[in-house]
Amino acid sequence: MPKVLVVFAHPAFHRSRVNRALLATAKATAGVTVHDLYETYPDFLIDVRDEQKLLEEHEAVVIQHPFFWYSSPALVKEWLDLVLEYRWAYGEGGDKLRGKILAQAISAGGPEDAYRREGSNFFTVRELLAPYEQTARLCGMGYAEAFAVHGANHIDSAELTGWTQRYGDWLSALRDGSAPLWLAAPH
Amino acid sequence: MAFESFFAQAFMYLTAALLAVLVGKRLGIGAVLGYLVAGALIGPSCLKWVGGESEQITHFAEFGVVMMLFLVGLELQPSHLWSMRKQIFGLGSLQVVGSTLVVAAMAMAFGLDWKAALAIGMILAMSSTAIVIQSLTERNLMRTEAGQNSFAVLLFQDLSVIPIMALLPLLAGKPVAAGHHSDGAVAWMESWPVWTRPLATIGAVVLIVLVARVAVRPFFRAIAQTRQREAFTATSLLLIIAVALLMTKVGLSAALGTFVAGVVLANSEYRHELESDIEPFKGLLLGLFFLGVGTSIDFKHIASHPGTVFGASAGLLLLKGGLLFGLARWRANPSCSALVFASALAAGGEFAFVLIALATGAEVFSAEVEHTLVAVVALTMAATPLLIMASHRFSLSGPPDPKEERESDVRDEGASVIICGFGRYGHAVGRLLHTQGIESTVLDNDPEQVDTLRQLGFPVFYGDAGRPDLLLTAGAARAKVLVIALRDPEISLKIVGVARKHFPHLQIFLRAHSRREAYDYLEAGEERVYRETLDSSLRMGSDVMRMLGMPAYTAQRAAKLYRKADETFVRRMVAHRHNRATFLSVARESQVIFDEVMRADPLQGVDEGWIPPAKGDTKDDLVP
Repeated sequence: MPKVLVVFAHPAFHRSRVNRALLATAKATAGVTVHDLYETYPDFLIDVRDEQKLLEEHEAVVIQHPFFWYSSPALVKEWLDLVLEYRWAYGEGGDKLRGKILAQAISAGGPEDAYRREGSNFFTVRELLAPYEQTARLCGMGYAEAFAVHGANHIDSAELTGWTQRYGDWLSALRDGSAPLWLAAPH
Repeated sequence: MAFESFFAQAFMYLTAALLAVLVGKRLGIGAVLGYLVAGALIGPSCLKWVGGESEQITHFAEFGVVMMLFLVGLELQPSHLWSMRKQIFGLGSLQVVGSTLVVAAMAMAFGLDWKAALAIGMILAMSSTAIVIQSLTERNLMRTEAGQNSFAVLLFQDLSVIPIMALLPLLAGKPVAAGHHSDGAVAWMESWPVWTRPLATIGAVVLIVLVARVAVRPFFRAIAQTRQREAFTATSLLLIIAVALLMTKVGLSAALGTFVAGVVLANSEYRHELESDIEPFKGLLLGLFFLGVGTSIDFKHIASHPGTVFGASAGLLLLKGGLLFGLARWRANPSCSALVFASALAAGGEFAFVLIALATGAEVFSAEVEHTLVAVVALTMAATPLLIMASHRFSLSGPPDPKEERESDVRDEGASVIICGFGRYGHAVGRLLHTQGIESTVLDNDPEQVDTLRQLGFPVFYGDAGRPDLLLTAGAARAKVLVIALRDPEISLKIVGVARKHFPHLQIFLRAHSRREAYDYLEAGEERVYRETLDSSLRMGSDVMRMLGMPAYTAQRAAKLYRKADETFVRRMVAHRHNRATFLSVARESQVIFDEVMRADPLQGVDEGWIPPAKGDTKDDLVP
């Protein structure tokens, strides 16, 4: 059974060099399933049952997306709103995600040092991802340290190769349960 | 026995008409031929159900021809008529003059003197507007090249009746008083100076055009505002009768006058109203007219002179038909189209009856010749529907003449998409792709459509995509996608077959007209089938729900889900379509299928996607 589900979302995929390279790495990594949201639901008509089944079949969920306005593209939000149902993901009897790991792989335009009090973005990446971390917490999931590609618009191909290698390692670590976590899953 | 009373008479004709239509349609010979045969059967020389009054009835029923030409005019835009002027005057005059000379030469060869021969030539040069237009319409041939040419020639014949009527008395053995020919319709103009008569004629036509242009519309508007349906019908009839009356008064053909009025009104907003009002009258009267022609076939005369009548009929059909065929070929029409054109116009026409009576009155030829002529005209008229049917069948079945067929001009544009059919559907597909910089090679098998699109600047090629070599020329070996956006499912399936066999790598996208066609395509193993009305009807449905107060997003989502459910449903039904019992039982379960798909959506069903249950402690505590 594949362990890691990469839920990928990019509304203009053909224009994103970094995400194309990262996705190719994900597809080539053993034990990783890639699921492209904008390709599957161009009309935003998400099939909730299909999505829930897919989630149940995997141990870790990576949401890979560009860091639009310190958050995700719209379809990821729609996906969370609809798929993480009451009684399924949380609330009474909602334990289908309990014990799994949630993680995010983001590509950000700004350099890494912009994401701190002294930088132009003021907040750290982890602070900005707080809604997702709390989502994981509510659903009884662990939350892994995010994989963030910084300065995505200014990366040369040599650097890109470095990023894809690190992404492959990160995904493998998630698969093997050895990735560093910001939030451990409850026992 | 002859039925005396009007009701009995009407009963006979209507019964015969209904039986004629039923039998004619069932046998596939068309209603016109059915009427003619029925007329011959109930006529004085066969069953004798109707007697000598048939001539009056035919006369009355000729009004049906007048109405028919009005309707034909209504469907003809003035610009279209203008574009036909070369055919009308070129082809028309050649046919009338040519047929007159050929037939006259033939008659002289059989020993008639030149005056009688010329008269016969002119009389037999006419063809039957009523039978030809009705038969061509029945077989959907009016819009073809042959149909348009036939119509143009018939129009010119209608025009040429006037000078022929003037000429016939001049050919008389003894001098006759001018105006003898008609029932005094033109008599009132006798006292006028000769030069004023053409002016009066032209004036009448101008009057019709002016009145139809200026006065008829406000008049119709006023009538329409009364909302009395019968008042409108009466007005329509009045219009036609007034025009017919005026035209007969100045010695023109009534049919021609109403035709002009029809053309002038072709652009008016009352066109469809007029059409639907006049149509039933026209249909009935035309039927009556054809019945009348049938009854006028004098079997006694035919029986006593079989050689002369049949010989002359065959001679007329061959001579005139041969000339027409030659004319059409000379104008570079393909031979199958020329054949239909020739067989439509080869016979005599209803004008011949009038002209024969006129010529006999002027003693241009003997009563013996008159009887033979009437029999020949009636027989050949009755044969016309058969000839049209036969030539149409023949031109359909015969091997296509490779030289005649419009050469396909398909080129490989190097595009990755080939679109077959560039009507309203394929057009939208192609233009959408174009906006994204994706070029397509476009084929269409409708030459007219191709010409129009080219004039609009679209690079469309003429060609039948059902031919493997043409698909190859269009670049099918390299293309990735084949879009079939044709209307005809048979041709579409043929192209699918060719593409599957010779270019299996092509991804085929199919336009389906209806659910039935969608089944056909799905059954043929195609997956990408698009029902052309589904999306639009669902958009309308969702707008209706919005109008009723449903939030826009909910309505739109419902429509999308419906489409998803419906596509699932159709694909599930395919397997059962040939088994009525299981088809019905599965169809009855359709609600289950729809529920299955639609209830799975958080907005539709019991599950709460966006909004968890409001009850008790859960919501406020747990919603993040």
